[in-house]
Amino acid sequence: MERITQSPLAVYQAHLEKGELAYQWSPEAAKAVFYPRVISPFTGSDRLEWRMSAGLGTVYATTVVHPREGVPYNVALIDCDEGFRLMSRVEDIPPEAVKIGMRVKFRVHRTGGDEPPYPVFTPVAATYPSPQAGGG
Amino acid sequence: MDGLQRGAAAIIGVAESDLGAVARDMSPIDLMAQGVQRALADCGLRLRDIDGLLCATAQSRTSGLSLAEYLGISPTFIDTTILGGSSFMFHIAHAQAALQLGLCNVAVIAYGSTQRTVGRRQASVREYNPYETPFRPFLPSTAYALAASRHMHEYGTTREQLAAVAVAARRWALLNPAAWEKEPLTIDQVLSARMISYPFTMRDCCLVTDGGGAVIMTSAERARSLKKPPIYVLGCGQAITHANISSMPDLTVTGAVQSGRQAYEMARLAPQDIDVVELYDAFTINTILFLEDLGFCPKGEGGRFVEGGRIVPKGALPVNTNGGGLSYCHPGMYGLFLLIEATRQLRGECGARQVEGCQTAIAHGNGGVLSSQNTVILGTAATL
Repeated sequence: MERITQSPLAVYQAHLEKGELAYQWSPEAAKAVFYPRVISPFTGSDRLEWRMSAGLGTVYATTVVHPREGVPYNVALIDCDEGFRLMSRVEDIPPEAVKIGMRVKFRVHRTGGDEPPYPVFTPVAATYPSPQAGGG
Repeated sequence: MDGLQRGAAAIIGVAESDLGAVARDMSPIDLMAQGVQRALADCGLRLRDIDGLLCATAQSRTSGLSLAEYLGISPTFIDTTILGGSSFMFHIAHAQAALQLGLCNVAVIAYGSTQRTVGRRQASVREYNPYETPFRPFLPSTAYALAASRHMHEYGTTREQLAAVAVAARRWALLNPAAWEKEPLTIDQVLSARMISYPFTMRDCCLVTDGGGAVIMTSAERARSLKKPPIYVLGCGQAITHANISSMPDLTVTGAVQSGRQAYEMARLAPQDIDVVELYDAFTINTILFLEDLGFCPKGEGGRFVEGGRIVPKGALPVNTNGGGLSYCHPGMYGLFLLIEATRQLRGECGARQVEGCQTAIAHGNGGVLSSQNTVILGTAATL
């Protein structure tokens, strides 16, 4: 393996800056790899291709964290259609309304500070009126 | 001779250190040393007899150096494998291997933690994970809550069934003078306690206490001449499946399937042969998952299994007879206490909570976020 000039995390975050959810594909295993790595966990090969997710997935597991201070919030595991799973949260609906099996779509969350952007998800089927519609 | 031999090693001394809320400025190594001293008294050996040292604690990266220095010993065998709360089960297997190979003669496994006194955040600093930390999971609770959500979805497990685990543990704790909790607990109290990470309330989560202890092992031959009946290691098994919850292959199936299978095979026993079950109840879902994965009930039936008093004192299956991490103590890495309780049950030392006539016990350790699983099967001389 040649010397690495851009870490897997840096590549992933550069794509998030562009509004893309990047993942890796292990061609010999014909499987998606997430989180990004320098070698495939299936084959040990460094032949990993970067691909962009279509951003669609299904909620695999969900919980609502109740912090001592502040409002409760959602934490979920999302199975993306390309065959990888990641931790995220589902937004635009009350945290307890997130259900396993719900279809969700990716968008970038920009922190507005020093922290890098990260992926969040929103329900695909509009179960609540969007804020712009003045409802909910 | 290949691998660990059934019955070749035995536990000869066990002791807890101070538990609960220990004296100010006690260190984890103080507690380890206290456990070692009491365990030595338990078996009648001396500090100079110890030539194998195994220990782990979140508060000390090189705890082996610290404990060896504190005790003034220079062990010929040393191991500080740290894989979460299951570490001490790995230590049992590693100590047995060392004993079988003659790398040491008497091995002590020790743990100590002051996480209650110093605060959990300081005691156990979590590594930053760019793929999880930004979402602020309240670890480890959130990881186990995610697993519970999946079990509820796939098998219909209910919050009441999870609560039944906490209520059962409390019933056992009330029979244990060393337990932190002293009051009865009802299903309603579990459900209405402060919510932590849905579906878990505070009562679905293990305690946060100080505590420690030690377990002393030697060869079966050497064990027979000591003052208490040796408790033999009949089977060992292990499985590591992930480090972070977002990488767990299936949130409803743990590595206990593999670790249990290996331990049963080595012990030449089956679930129905096990008289006492001590398993790592960091959260109520754990007891359900491990009863399934260790073969005490089919996958998905764990919720129904723990209802109706099956695992309470005088119930069909004695589970977590010391009151568990949920009601007895939980200083952060709990596995050693399962080994201590299993040993005491098999020796007949458990007083009001004694399981009559028990000859075999499982001590099943869990580490991280369901990440590492390690099963130890212990038995009396009658099981050899």
